Amino acid sequence: MKGTVLSVGFIPLVDAAPLIVAQEMGFAAEEGLALDLVRAPSWSSLRDMLVFGRVDAAHMLSPVPVATAMGLGGAGTDLAVLSILSVNGNVVGVSRELESRLRDHGHDFAFDDAEAAGRALIACAGGGLRIGVPFPFSMHAELLYYWLSALGLPAPQGVDIRTVPPRLMADAIEAGEIDAFCVGEPWGSIAVENGVGALLLPTSRIWAFAPEKALAVRADWVASERNLSARLIRATWQAGRWLERGDNRLLAAELLGRPEYLDLAPEVIDRALSGHLIINSSGETRNVEGFVGFSDAAANFPWRSQAMWIAGQLAARTGLDRVAAMRSAETVFRPDLFRAALDASGADLPGASSKIEGATRVETPVASGTGKLFLGPDSFFDGRTFDPDEAVRGENALKK
Amino acid sequence: MKQNLHVVIVEKSAERGVLIEQSLRAAGDFDVSIVDDTHGLKARIADLNPDVVLIDIENPSRDTLEELAIASGPLERPVAMFVERSDEGLTRAAIEAGVSAYIVDGLKSDRVKPILDAAVTRFNMFHRMRAELETTKRALEERKVIDRAKGLIMKAKGLGEDEAYALLRKAAMDQNKRVADVAQALVNSAGLLS
Repeated sequence: MKGTVLSVGFIPLVDAAPLIVAQEMGFAAEEGLALDLVRAPSWSSLRDMLVFGRVDAAHMLSPVPVATAMGLGGAGTDLAVLSILSVNGNVVGVSRELESRLRDHGHDFAFDDAEAAGRALIACAGGGLRIGVPFPFSMHAELLYYWLSALGLPAPQGVDIRTVPPRLMADAIEAGEIDAFCVGEPWGSIAVENGVGALLLPTSRIWAFAPEKALAVRADWVASERNLSARLIRATWQAGRWLERGDNRLLAAELLGRPEYLDLAPEVIDRALSGHLIINSSGETRNVEGFVGFSDAAANFPWRSQAMWIAGQLAARTGLDRVAAMRSAETVFRPDLFRAALDASGADLPGASSKIEGATRVETPVASGTGKLFLGPDSFFDGRTFDPDEAVRGENALKK
Repeated sequence: MKQNLHVVIVEKSAERGVLIEQSLRAAGDFDVSIVDDTHGLKARIADLNPDVVLIDIENPSRDTLEELAIASGPLERPVAMFVERSDEGLTRAAIEAGVSAYIVDGLKSDRVKPILDAAVTRFNMFHRMRAELETTKRALEERKVIDRAKGLIMKAKGLGEDEAYALLRKAAMDQNKRVADVAQALVNSAGLLS
């Protein structure tokens, strides 16, 4: 009755929801699985737990498996991404001090314009901007570098992006160790709640469809456990669909808030799930459409082009060869396994495994199994696009 | 004669730090530094320029050390790897014991092994001590609850202490539960009624 026990590691964040919901709402049981959810103290520990077999699968920052394939950090065991658990869901926030400087500068905290927010941030930073991110290999770091360098701040030279664990982000900003942060919810809202920071921008305004957390396993595990992998993909895919239905939100917040998961008030968790965020200590609110996505627009599909975009960005800032990096990342995301797992489930899957990132500005129908799949928008704030085929040909990858 | 390896221990508790240091010194000639403050951790480590860094796996600040992997360019990493892949058994033992190690790229695993062995033994001892402490604490708490439940039964039914306990034990056996759990349930419900 219990099913096959799989141990799955997670970090206490709102976007661990698909794993928690898969277990608590019975989607794992439907696949004959019992998920033993293990809360990890840090991203590096979680990655090592996965590499050395302490857990079978993990909630993982999407750039970590890519970085590992490129030989950056970790013990060098190849990881595979079975699916994307969530898109977007991070916020950029600033200290109270920087908040008042931004207001004096005339910034309106409209929360919907990456260019305006970025320009104001650069103008008010006075040269020495220190920004906390949860991990060196994270969508947080990549989006910050992308955003600030597109606006003319030379990165990584012009900005000090440093690692601060999510749970300690509010403390770090209070202690004046950082001026700003980019973090996954609920930790941005916690900084607001503690009266130490204000929210400046959701990262979905930098890239409208950024693959945030991946369902990661060891590459050798997936080779021998095809069947288990497929069951895990289906269970979390169902959980994502459940999460996307608005009437399940309150229950989801309650589940996530439990002591064994996030151990926080459901009210703070609900802000990310509803996209209804409180951005500062005066209680101003902002509504963000698509703040975090768990299912819609084929959110769970692990596009090869996403892995290649990450690899290209990582290579550019660490001084590695871009084309070689993209080649090594190409096979880390596994659309083939995702497709095989969901083929018979009625899921509408895209026909392609790679796309031009950033090219879809409005919802667009694409070729798919049943012909009813819509993708996008997935644009970058500056309108650039990323064509993976062109990029590996070593041509001008980022073009206007 | 090779130079002594420089080992940095990141540990908030001074007491634990000293115990780890003692274990290392007993295992060989090492230069040992202890960092007890995780603020500015990366800069501290960079200054100390160690061969090996030991940090508790439960310490969330461990993630800041990952930056060292890219700190001075990916081609000359000062402290890069978790542990050499060639020694998986040792690494697994370290993970299970709850210690993570950062080791300078290229350092031979036979030079690192005594350090890790000593750290693993010490960390396992910490775990055992903590487990024992928790068991003792729980036993004491259960004892208190059972006493309160006994008192409630004695008062309500006019029984002696031994008879009250016998009743409690019988209830536990009938319900296939632990005496402490039945006692807790009784104390909880009595709280509601009072």
